[in-house]
Amino acid sequence: MIEFFVAPLEYGFMVRALIGSVLVGVMCPLVGAYVVTRNLAFMGDALAHAVLPGMVLGFIVGINPAIAAVPTGVAVAVLVRIVSRRAGFSTDTSIGILFAAMFALGLAMLSLSTTIRVDMEDLLLGQLLAISPTDIYVSLGITIMVILGLFALHHWLLFASFDPVGSQVVGARANIVDYVLLVMLALVIVIGIQAAGVILVMAMLVTPAATAYLLVRRFVSMMMAAAAIGTAAAVTGLYISYHFNLPPGPAMTLVASGIFALAISFKRRVPA
Amino acid sequence: MNPTPYPHAARMSLRDVSVEFDGQMALRNVSFDVDAGTLMGVVGPNGAGKSTLFNAIAGLLPVRRGKVTLHRVDRKGGALAYVPQRESVNWRFPVTAMDVVMMGRCCRLGWCRRPGKRDRELVDACLCRVGLWDHRSALMTELSGGQRQRVFVARALTQEATVLLLDEAFSGVDAGAQEGLVEVLQTVRNEGRIVLLATHDLTNLAGRFDQVLCLNRHVCACGPPDEVFTSEVMEQLYGAHGVRLTIDGEGGKRR
Repeated sequence: MIEFFVAPLEYGFMVRALIGSVLVGVMCPLVGAYVVTRNLAFMGDALAHAVLPGMVLGFIVGINPAIAAVPTGVAVAVLVRIVSRRAGFSTDTSIGILFAAMFALGLAMLSLSTTIRVDMEDLLLGQLLAISPTDIYVSLGITIMVILGLFALHHWLLFASFDPVGSQVVGARANIVDYVLLVMLALVIVIGIQAAGVILVMAMLVTPAATAYLLVRRFVSMMMAAAAIGTAAAVTGLYISYHFNLPPGPAMTLVASGIFALAISFKRRVPA
Repeated sequence: MNPTPYPHAARMSLRDVSVEFDGQMALRNVSFDVDAGTLMGVVGPNGAGKSTLFNAIAGLLPVRRGKVTLHRVDRKGGALAYVPQRESVNWRFPVTAMDVVMMGRCCRLGWCRRPGKRDRELVDACLCRVGLWDHRSALMTELSGGQRQRVFVARALTQEATVLLLDEAFSGVDAGAQEGLVEVLQTVRNEGRIVLLATHDLTNLAGRFDQVLCLNRHVCACGPPDEVFTSEVMEQLYGAHGVRLTIDGEGGKRR
């Protein structure tokens, strides 16, 4: 049994993949708790797709694609709110416009570029096993920033999430808090994309947090439980992918979905 | 005007205030004053502009003409507390009564500080004051409509607000709980705070308010409850909607 866990760690790439999976397993669900309770799942999906042009640009100019994706994600997150406010659309409409436009831009850049050799499948499904030391440093940097942000803004985030109007009356900070939350969402998506790719990052963002929502009562406990479930799913998925020769993104997603299926079979939350 | 018995407390004054909402003039030339230590009911049918009025006072909607003045009210310091309509609250967000009351301390805590002993003591005291100490660990979704409103009042108290705006506070609250809520608001008023409660129907509780503002896109009447509810005012309020209420309590007759 011990062999099952230790043997893969003889390889450097597996050690990096393990660190990467723990970071994804903790960070995506921590922010994902807000995604689930504030109905931001579509926003999360859109941001995951919208960072594509940044990643492609990173490949073209020779910067680590994770680093290049950060400003793109942040810019799109902020743009969504600006477009919604200026045009008077619902956020969903603005997300739909920007998400499709940015993803199309990324695909166009990928097709037009003659210099980059990127496998589209790697971008869409992640490449955790090929994660570089630089990717790990970027993820660690993002982790520290997001944890500090969540800690510093904790009470404002609770206030703005539960009672957006009441919090806005109290001060301009409520608006800033919403922007900061979207920026944090963009940041954790960048970590998640490395492991699970553009499409399956949603599984790490939403599924563990949704599972935790079923199992515990208070929001803070929900964040902790989501991080624990996310880490368990990410690490288990990584080992399954190694031993059964599966891509890690789908393996993690299936484990997380399995835990959710178990939780919902036994527990039902009373609707609000 | 009589001098206020709370010389350092808040005062609210609206002069010819007009507010647009969704491209329509939702409020026209609204003028009234509220002194410290006043419990005011804002009454009017659906679409009368009660929420628009509260949003304008709270600074959430721009005032097209006229002026809203809040004397001695530090908005950024949390002196204005807003209890929104049920529909505006994200009930899916899993917070307990105590969590919600602690939100009132946000303005005092700033960005990075965690709540200290004084904050926790204040939260406990405010929960006791509104009679919800035993329910402090209950999720908001587990509380009744009246209890939820009392939690929001406790949050306004921890916020150290001097002006409380409660929008549609009786919605989903049964008659007994409405009475309980008004009793709590009377004690809050007795400390010199201004309390405005909007509702489409004051039912039998009108007499418990110091002032009533009858609103139907403009001020139909404003004053003590026994003076404002005349047949002319009732017709201005509900006539436009095809419902005429009689003053003697028979109410609800359709023309």
